[in-house]
Amino acid sequence: MSLVLGIETSCDETGVALVRDGRLLIDAVASSVDEHARFGGVVPEVASRAHLEAMVPTIERACAGAGVRLADLDAIAVTSGPGLVGALTVGVAAAKALALGLGVPLFGVNHLAAHVAVDTLDHGPLPEPTMALLVSGGHSSLLLVEDVTSTVTPLGRTIDDAAGEAFDKIARLLGLPFPGGPHIDRAAAEAVAERGEGVRSAIAFPRGLTSGRDLERHRYDVSFSGLKTSVARWVERREDAGERVDVPAVAASFQEAVVDVLTRKAVLACREQGVDTLLIGGGVAANSRLRALALERCADSGIRLRVPRPALCTDNGAMVAALGSLLVAAGRAPSELGLGVDSAMPVTAVRS
Amino acid sequence: MSLLLAVDTSGALVTVAAADGDSLLAEQAVELAARHAEHLAPMIAAVLVEAGRAIDEVSAVAVGVGPGPFTGLRVGVVTARVLGLVLGVPVIGVCSLDALALQVAEWGEGSAGSAAGAGDLAAGREFVVTSDARRREVYWAAYRTGDGEPEPVRGPGVDRPADLASAAARDGLGQKGFGPFFGRGAALYPEVLTAPPEGAPLDVRAGAVARLAGRRVARVGGSERARGQEPVPLYLRRPDAVAPGARKRVS
Ligand SMILES: [Zn+2]
Repeated sequence: MSLVLGIETSCDETGVALVRDGRLLIDAVASSVDEHARFGGVVPEVASRAHLEAMVPTIERACAGAGVRLADLDAIAVTSGPGLVGALTVGVAAAKALALGLGVPLFGVNHLAAHVAVDTLDHGPLPEPTMALLVSGGHSSLLLVEDVTSTVTPLGRTIDDAAGEAFDKIARLLGLPFPGGPHIDRAAAEAVAERGEGVRSAIAFPRGLTSGRDLERHRYDVSFSGLKTSVARWVERREDAGERVDVPAVAASFQEAVVDVLTRKAVLACREQGVDTLLIGGGVAANSRLRALALERCADSGIRLRVPRPALCTDNGAMVAALGSLLVAAGRAPSELGLGVDSAMPVTAVRS
Repeated sequence: MSLLLAVDTSGALVTVAAADGDSLLAEQAVELAARHAEHLAPMIAAVLVEAGRAIDEVSAVAVGVGPGPFTGLRVGVVTARVLGLVLGVPVIGVCSLDALALQVAEWGEGSAGSAAGAGDLAAGREFVVTSDARRREVYWAAYRTGDGEPEPVRGPGVDRPADLASAAARDGLGQKGFGPFFGRGAALYPEVLTAPPEGAPLDVRAGAVARLAGRRVARVGGSERARGQEPVPLYLRRPDAVAPGARKRVS
């Protein structure tokens, strides 16, 4: 029996969750997203201040909601990287105070590995190996996960913008609110409902790194900056001509370009690496079209698809507690009390 | 028996102290430009070992709430708040410049008549304590000496050294018309603020945070930790953030 408390503060969500023997008891999240909305992106200092204010109340809320006392905890897990330095620092300092005050082990964990581990809360142990596609505002990575408690190999990543970042930028261009993902998803779904599937290919936006030399050199990498520029040019041309911009059609076609590339690369990696399970995580995994297209393509290739429920795809404490719980179960050594934060922590380091 | 644990991460030092009433059991300080998060928790453990006490004997936690560089400052504040929660003990916030002013006043009493500059600290005189605010600015606060704790008379604030010097001159702080100035900020800009006297304390120490907090706890009778009463950092500056302007064209 082990009860693990997980803390996540790598970006703008203060997450605290409790996991007992691989089962999620509670996932408490305080978000500062509204404070960042008017800046069109996360402001690091605003996020750090919000983490400090939310930390104690969120820990209290998690414990009260689960009917657990702090004294019952067996271990503390915390995101030690990658992420925003100031934001990570608040979480790591809080986790260390808990570990020190309670006399329990501390695990500093990798945020990306935690995005993979969270799926065990919904769907049980991970097959080994598993291919993981992590897509969010901060990351777009394709990982070969042999053992999420020890061995994760990066196969590909974005060479420019993260997928979620592209959604935010295009949403802004189209006059949709921040964060852009859910708004683009909704606008696209409405367009499809009104005009049929064809609207997804109404505008031929480019698919970066998917053919010729680019595909050879960046087999599993993705790129969204060319797509972003192409959408911006298309919109500007309509505006210059005094025409109305067909926002739903742009949203649907842009979204299709993103999820087409992501699913194509992920399925390619599974086939070439002989992996029969694909896991999709990160905030963009909540995108309905990404889920649908991935399911379709995985079925065609005999690949099992695992996607955690949307609330577990975005950044939260549950992912950290889940990985902490797996580390405890696997008997991995805890981190030192001198644990630091590493804003650029490589995914090959599951634990620091 | 009581055990007060004090921490301060508002400046160049990460410093931790353990005190029982008026007696300082242990104090440590490490000079760090950054990476406060790494060192604070191990230092707390080490100070408790040095004091011969266990963490669950802690009866109150005190923390320097700045002003100071934000990331380091928050390490101390969040550590104190969470320890208060875990241990179920009150958490007391102390302005870090108040603690440094106490150190300066104590130094003045100890060296009065000998060290140059200490005479400026005779009872009823005003002095200004400063720390490094980076970006060519200093954090500062002005105090009046008395018996015991210096009395805050102005600040805390954050300003360019030249603006602080002219404000101090205008307001008649100190005997020379501007100053005397103490602390790291004055040491960094001696040509504008006058160098602090030789041997005067430059950086806040957790022992002074503990002394101030201990007196405050004694005064209010060790009040329970109440919601909304957690120590709040003295940021004094707003976050750097700009709302996006008009969209940039790509073609
Ligand atoms: Zn994430």
